[in-house]
Amino acid sequence: MKRLSVVRSAVILIALTFVLAACGSGNNSNNSQSSSNGNTAQPSQDASASPTGDAKPSSEPKKPVELLNVSYDPTRELYEEYNKAFSKYWKDKTGQDVTIKQSHGGSGAQSLSVIDGLEADVVTLALGYDIDAIAEKGLINPDWQTKYEDNSAPYTSTIVFLVRKGNPKNIHDWNDLVKDKVEVITPNPKTSGGARWNYLAAWGYALKQNNNDEDKAKQFVADLYKHVPVLDSGARGATTTFAERGIGDVLLAWENEAFLSLKELGDKFEIVYPSISILAEPPVAVVDKNADKHGTREVSEAYLQYLYSDEGQEIAAKNFYRPINQTIAAKYKDTFKDLELLNISDFGGWAEAQKKHFADGGVFDQIYAPGK
Amino acid sequence: MKGSRPNKQKNVLPGFGLSLGFTLLYLSFLVLIPLIGIVIRTTDLSWHEFWATVTTPRVLASYRVSLTTAFAAAFINVVFGVIVAWVLVRYRFPGKKLIDALVDLPFALPTAVAGISLTAIYAPNGIIGSILQPLGIKTAYSPIGITIALLFIGLPFVVRTVQPVLQDLEKETEEAAVTLGARRWRTVRKIVFPELLPAIITGFALAFARGIGEYGSVVFISGNMPLKTEITPLLIMTKLQQHDYAGATAIALVLLVISFLLLLLINFLQWRLNRRTAAV
Repeated sequence: MKRLSVVRSAVILIALTFVLAACGSGNNSNNSQSSSNGNTAQPSQDASASPTGDAKPSSEPKKPVELLNVSYDPTRELYEEYNKAFSKYWKDKTGQDVTIKQSHGGSGAQSLSVIDGLEADVVTLALGYDIDAIAEKGLINPDWQTKYEDNSAPYTSTIVFLVRKGNPKNIHDWNDLVKDKVEVITPNPKTSGGARWNYLAAWGYALKQNNNDEDKAKQFVADLYKHVPVLDSGARGATTTFAERGIGDVLLAWENEAFLSLKELGDKFEIVYPSISILAEPPVAVVDKNADKHGTREVSEAYLQYLYSDEGQEIAAKNFYRPINQTIAAKYKDTFKDLELLNISDFGGWAEAQKKHFADGGVFDQIYAPGK
Repeated sequence: MKGSRPNKQKNVLPGFGLSLGFTLLYLSFLVLIPLIGIVIRTTDLSWHEFWATVTTPRVLASYRVSLTTAFAAAFINVVFGVIVAWVLVRYRFPGKKLIDALVDLPFALPTAVAGISLTAIYAPNGIIGSILQPLGIKTAYSPIGITIALLFIGLPFVVRTVQPVLQDLEKETEEAAVTLGARRWRTVRKIVFPELLPAIITGFALAFARGIGEYGSVVFISGNMPLKTEITPLLIMTKLQQHDYAGATAIALVLLVISFLLLLLINFLQWRLNRRTAAV
């Protein structure tokens, strides 16, 4: 004990590396927040990396800036690509260097971090509800959802089914999910924004099928969750459970996650479109208080606005988010199948849906009430 | 002893006042104030709301899951941790240092990494899970899986508390017992074990307390099924993600009180034990 020798430390290191390597096959931890800490803007770092504007006599010396985009899990790849494009666009337009840091995690957890002081300049979350929660604390102006077109949702998605190759359980629509011996993988709606979309899509389907009979809808959804063997805490975790652990017959997934799984894990899976699903609108907003404090309002607003540009829309589409720009959407119409999509307003908006279904004692809790 | 200064002479080591002051300040910032914060947050709720929050069936079920798995893991860890400590102290063999270092690994590894790798191994298509599954033993996504995760993170607590005591155990008493005609098992039972017991209980308490609050390694392997494999820390996280601070801290407070009572009980046991062994 006394001699924590060099040998021992080395052994620990080696063993650690070994363990990490052994289990590291692409398992991104749910909460891995790339560079979420240390977001105190340090322009000097960038200055040392590239010659400062001061050194160049020609252009006006604009200081490099840094933005922090706090987002949710499945946008990691999207924003990696978009950030590069935006930096270039901004440099060309204003001559200013902009570095964008990303932070990813569960949407609810991310919104909580921002409330608790993670100094995000912009948030791009899974649900309007999560941004509303930040706005409630006074960090974002209450009218944020009207700031940008289409409810401040520059790209949309929907919920689809990912099934194993050949669709062995013959799953085509929501009612196939409650057949005998079908196991459904979906995360916990109480911890995952994506899971709430899944849940509402199922609810909407059941209402349609039963002439808006809520009791029957509840019965259906309860039945559906009886077929769920594992409730992961986030969307990525559920994808891992289904794709890598081999659990379950069908994954309720964001369309973009489903495509990503196909892309990364090959032809072991296929996508099934149900007859009806939900229009998922992941919204974006400038965190007004932080942006003003950092003096990054102008670039933050441009950052979100540029998502609506042709280039931004292309990048969204390439990362399997449905572009809202019709011209670009038309280009990708083979990728994104048309289907009947419910809107969150069909459920009375997020505040209403949250209260009714996901708050404590709500429908989701009732499903799991003992004795049922 | 001329000019004796009775007050100053009391302490052999100088600087007691200063270091105690520092200790209290340090502990206040790190432990006391955050804990008081939890209590204050909870007071946002009325007594009735508090009680309703901490006694819903799901929360009650989660206490059961958390407490039983943490207890089981701590218990198993005591048995095997003592064996590990015994082997490390009493025998010399090649690779001993490596094993000694491996024991500390759970301290260093981020628990989420532990959780993911354990899940990969114990999932139905994992190396061990695929062997157990056909036998009808469900490990991952069941309380057994949670226990495995807690075994992993709790092991060093037992080994590292028992090891030094075992090291300091005087060989002479054992030799005396043997010369008096005691056989090996009797020696262990009557001489070694009583000496180790306080350390074992401490190790148990540490592993148990750690297990109750563990989150990162468990969420991946437990499957998080309400009423079945949902641990209390997950419910606390759930409340936080719904921006329900008061509810989250209410449950946390209950967890704290339970842990505190258990530690108190264990300390009491230890104290009685010490008195008894001292009397003998």
